[in-house]
Amino acid sequence: MSSLSAKIKDAFDEPACDKNRGKDAKARKEGCSKSLTPGAAAGGCAFDGAKIVLQPITDVAHLVHAPLACEGNSWDNRGAVSSGPTLWRTSFTTDLTELDLVMGQGERKLFKAIREIKHTYAPPAIFVYSTCVTALIGDDIEAVCKRATEKFGLAVVPINAPGLAGSKNLGNKLAAEALLDHVIGTVEPDDPGPYDINILGEFNLSGEFWLVKPLLDRLGIRVRACIPGDARYRDIASAHRARAAMMVCSTALISLARKMEERWDIPFFEGSFYGISDTSQALRNLVRLLVRKGADPEILERTETLIAQQEAIAWKKLESYRQRLQGKRVLLNTGGVKSWSVVHALMEIGIEIVGTSVKKSTVQDKERIKQVLKHDKHMFESMAARELYAMLSEHRADIMLSGGRTQFIALKAKTPWLDINQERQHPYAGYDGMVELVRQIDLAIHNPIWSQVRQPAPWDCQPDLIGELPCTRNETAYLFDEFACATAHEC
Amino acid sequence: MARILLQSKSAAVNPLKSSQPLGAAFAFLGVDGAMPLFHGSQGCTSFALVLFVRHFKEAIPLQTTAMDEVATILGAADHLEEAILNLKNRTKPKLIGVCTTALVETRGEDCAGDIANIKLKHTQELAGTEVVLANTPDFDGAIEEGWARAVTAMIEGITRSGERARHPKKIAILPGCNLTVADVEHMRDMVESFGLKPVILPDISGSLDGTVPDRWVATTYGGTSVEDIRELGTAMQCIAIGEHMRRPAKALLGLTGVPYVLFQSLTGLQDTDRFVSLLSSISGAAVPARVRRRRAQLQDAMLDGHFHFGGKKIAIAAEPDQLFQLATFFAGLGSEIAAAVTTTDRSKILEKVPAVSVQIGDLGDLESLAVGADLLVTHSHGRQASERLRISLMRIGFPVFDRLGSQHKLAILYQGTRDLIFEVANIFQANQHAPTPEALDPLRNREISHERCSPPLAGQ
Repeated sequence: MSSLSAKIKDAFDEPACDKNRGKDAKARKEGCSKSLTPGAAAGGCAFDGAKIVLQPITDVAHLVHAPLACEGNSWDNRGAVSSGPTLWRTSFTTDLTELDLVMGQGERKLFKAIREIKHTYAPPAIFVYSTCVTALIGDDIEAVCKRATEKFGLAVVPINAPGLAGSKNLGNKLAAEALLDHVIGTVEPDDPGPYDINILGEFNLSGEFWLVKPLLDRLGIRVRACIPGDARYRDIASAHRARAAMMVCSTALISLARKMEERWDIPFFEGSFYGISDTSQALRNLVRLLVRKGADPEILERTETLIAQQEAIAWKKLESYRQRLQGKRVLLNTGGVKSWSVVHALMEIGIEIVGTSVKKSTVQDKERIKQVLKHDKHMFESMAARELYAMLSEHRADIMLSGGRTQFIALKAKTPWLDINQERQHPYAGYDGMVELVRQIDLAIHNPIWSQVRQPAPWDCQPDLIGELPCTRNETAYLFDEFACATAHEC
Repeated sequence: MARILLQSKSAAVNPLKSSQPLGAAFAFLGVDGAMPLFHGSQGCTSFALVLFVRHFKEAIPLQTTAMDEVATILGAADHLEEAILNLKNRTKPKLIGVCTTALVETRGEDCAGDIANIKLKHTQELAGTEVVLANTPDFDGAIEEGWARAVTAMIEGITRSGERARHPKKIAILPGCNLTVADVEHMRDMVESFGLKPVILPDISGSLDGTVPDRWVATTYGGTSVEDIRELGTAMQCIAIGEHMRRPAKALLGLTGVPYVLFQSLTGLQDTDRFVSLLSSISGAAVPARVRRRRAQLQDAMLDGHFHFGGKKIAIAAEPDQLFQLATFFAGLGSEIAAAVTTTDRSKILEKVPAVSVQIGDLGDLESLAVGADLLVTHSHGRQASERLRISLMRIGFPVFDRLGSQHKLAILYQGTRDLIFEVANIFQANQHAPTPEALDPLRNREISHERCSPPLAGQ
């Protein structure tokens, strides 16, 4: 465990993290994981976080060294998409039984499991995840992986992030550490070029990176490695030869970006592909970094031309929604709004933001929110389920955008809801993604079910009608009464 | 008698199982005002919660004691105490169902002792809330066992012991975890149609049936009431459904003397006949006309449907009792159980499964055994095998996350069996291939192996 605790300490000391820099030495030492309240905690563990970051690597066999629950309850549950290999969706676990634990057979079973996977699937690499129980009984997965690597001649990578170590966020960081320690830089590419880039923290959810990649292709930029979305092991192993990098999901992999800059001189910037202006800005920043590293400056102009074209198309498409969405009130309830340009684009077509959670936002984020939303009373740290339900059932918002965790609060309050987290079904990145997001908001708000489900049962609405039999009246009159009942209630 | 083949692989490939604590939480979710609590690290809860939500499309009450490194080393009794008190204060549940996990069980904590201490120390604060413990390490069993352990724990912890005056019309029913919301609702109607008063434990039809309440409730709303669990001893008769419910039925018998009848399955004409006869004899009432009507409908469905079943090779992967339920259903209509895979070797029902062998294993095993089968029958995780093998998948069990309405699918008694026949026959009809000259060419067929002509099932 001592090497793990050193890793954790290291992961929490992140010079590239604004929030971290804002703390004094003592607070920094405590790390950024808040201690959890038993009976009132939510969210995944470090193992969950590590697996989220690594599992989208498509041709790797991901082997979870644990009793059943860690893998059995969680496999094949995310929306990342592969353009080729499917091995990452096959679940492997040592499924430790009571006997394995009592007899101390964990390490041996793990080694055999690696051998079985190597023989049956011959993957380029196997990632081995430690978990609470295997950490507790002291299984040395690093030693097993080392031995297996020597014996079987393939990369067997230990991912040391047992759930009890901390939060999902910590697991993200530990996964990055594992890539730095065991994967990146182990393969030399035979075709490095001046337009090679890495994208870090892009998960290719619903395939959304494919809304962006053609733009990069058009500019002649090659994605050496997208980590982890739709990645191949060899791409990541040779990612150290890229000339520039973009960091997409900042909290998850910032240490990876910074350390790659330190070790291999790959400059990076934090950007986002959500929203129109952010997508444009991301393209600009990427080519600027490439030019700084020796690419032909003519690319700058080509980029501006492409941006101008694409923005014009996107704004034109968005404009067609203005009439339908003008004045609609959106409640954003997500960990931290990843891109202010999404908010900007929504407001641009007349949508009003009536509230946003700032739980994971940095101080600078909060400043930006104040500027964008004019006043800060719309900001909330986090909202209890009950309050959220009250707000929505009183129709103080026309739609909530959030993750799956609060989905049913909105739906039970009979309020339109759109998933903008990892389980979402639609791609929102790039110019077309922004249009898709607005289209989905429109579809959600204007679905005809809302007026129907909010309607009370007719017999709860006008009790004096109950006595009357419909057959005693003509049908039109009866229908008219029903209608009257509905409108009366709405007023 | 089926041979039980134990797992010999070291790497489980595409797990069939969901974990034992999840099964226990599932049972607690069938109680009104309940809050299941996982005693382990927060990930244990998070994974189970997400899986429940994907299956039921509902907000699921489930909390964690959030064990961290320190608790793992020094002991987690404090975390358990804090969690119970927090839950009591914040959500005012009528029942807190503690489910242990591999982490706390590997440590060897005396959770029963801890809970006894907590109850003693906070008698007043915890008034009005039952706290029940199910020991459910992940490294043992699966959903069925977790479910049965939770029901047993509730009976042992809540039901008033001793022989009581019996209510002649009151029937205690202990359904297995393979019964859906629709199954439980339908069973209740059936029992009530004989003038009997069923008390169902757990009753997921009251809590997980997908309704829209008019206020926000943090615990379950609906399900068996704690008061009904307390008064189970006044039932005339207990009916347990599924072999895994034998243990809770025995616990009730031991505690209160209420006798039990166990049905291993309620799917199929004959098992339903037995059930209906039992209800008739307990109640002294004649079988109502509409039940007779349902029986006739099932007879007709069997006559219409059997053409689609005869000779079909079915590959099933499910928890033991559900495997038995489905395998006997298919075999009863003339199909062959080409592959039977289950989660654990603990169940006595396995040797009765109408198959040559039952493999303890995972969906990787199902995929290799199902080559050449006509239908895969398992939960949603079978979708990858179905794609690769190009064999249709009938989704059943837990979890079903890529189809809506699995809880409202009926599969028991006359009506459920009828529906099941139609569902399967329709899958076959939807995937029919028109005959081609090549497929029928007698000379070509002689050259390839005669796999298509399998021998009839032994014992039929």
